[in-house]
Amino acid sequence: MIAPAAPSATARRIPGEEGTWVFLFGDMVVFGVFFTTFLIQRGHAPQLFDRSRQTLNLGIGLANTLVLLTSSLLVATGVRALRDGANQLARRLLVAAFGCGVLFVGLKAVEYTQKVHQGHGPGTNNFYLYYFILTGLHLFHVVIGLGALGFLIRQTGRPELTERRWMVVEGAACFWHLVDLLWIFLFPLLYLVS
Amino acid sequence: MTIHDFLRAKPTRVWLVLVAITVVSVVTAGGHGSGSRIGLVALVLATVKARFVGLDFMELRHAPRLLRTLFELYCVAIAGTLVVVYLVA
Repeated sequence: MIAPAAPSATARRIPGEEGTWVFLFGDMVVFGVFFTTFLIQRGHAPQLFDRSRQTLNLGIGLANTLVLLTSSLLVATGVRALRDGANQLARRLLVAAFGCGVLFVGLKAVEYTQKVHQGHGPGTNNFYLYYFILTGLHLFHVVIGLGALGFLIRQTGRPELTERRWMVVEGAACFWHLVDLLWIFLFPLLYLVS
Repeated sequence: MTIHDFLRAKPTRVWLVLVAITVVSVVTAGGHGSGSRIGLVALVLATVKARFVGLDFMELRHAPRLLRTLFELYCVAIAGTLVVVYLVA
């Protein structure tokens, strides 16, 4: 059954509400400032930042990148399935995306634990200060995003969605993609840039 | 949606490109002690990935011109700023 209020994916229109995009762009700009500040601080002590970077677990960073990319694919496909009225498929895809989010949090917890056991905390040096602030803020976004995914999963139980609810659904999906987008910059900045 | 539809869908193809770019970034820049130009490549590739996420996962490719232009400008601004600060700082 095709939900009557489901918007077309190809018509030229705003995905979600206008206010959602004000918030999303605001968040992107704020993180852009953080990324720039991190690089400026790195310029003040490049050797310290590079030595500290090498203590990070590249495998966990890469795994978390792939986990978030996969979750974004699952959410994008899940929303399309919901649009097509394939609610059961949408539910499975969105639950899998939620699982990816939980896996990201778990891997981040393992990484934080490793750092603390190695004696590296926010007070160790400027690199670690920024590492914990930036990844901590991003982790906060992941937790909020998990709430958004929970909302999306609940919508798959409704036979049809109103136009207003569709906008909220698309906004929630875009917030999850923002979580992925921000990590796409954090990963090379913290783990790769020497 | 069959598994065949899923594999042929644009988001799936975009995901494959994103994974490939990620692997290339790690292989080229992941080796400790890499030179500064390699770091630049990783930052530029990150912007390319972010643009794909915005256009194809957030569906901004079909958004009104103003919204899409704002996003494209953000990508250009963030890439330009990071590259310049990386080289100058």
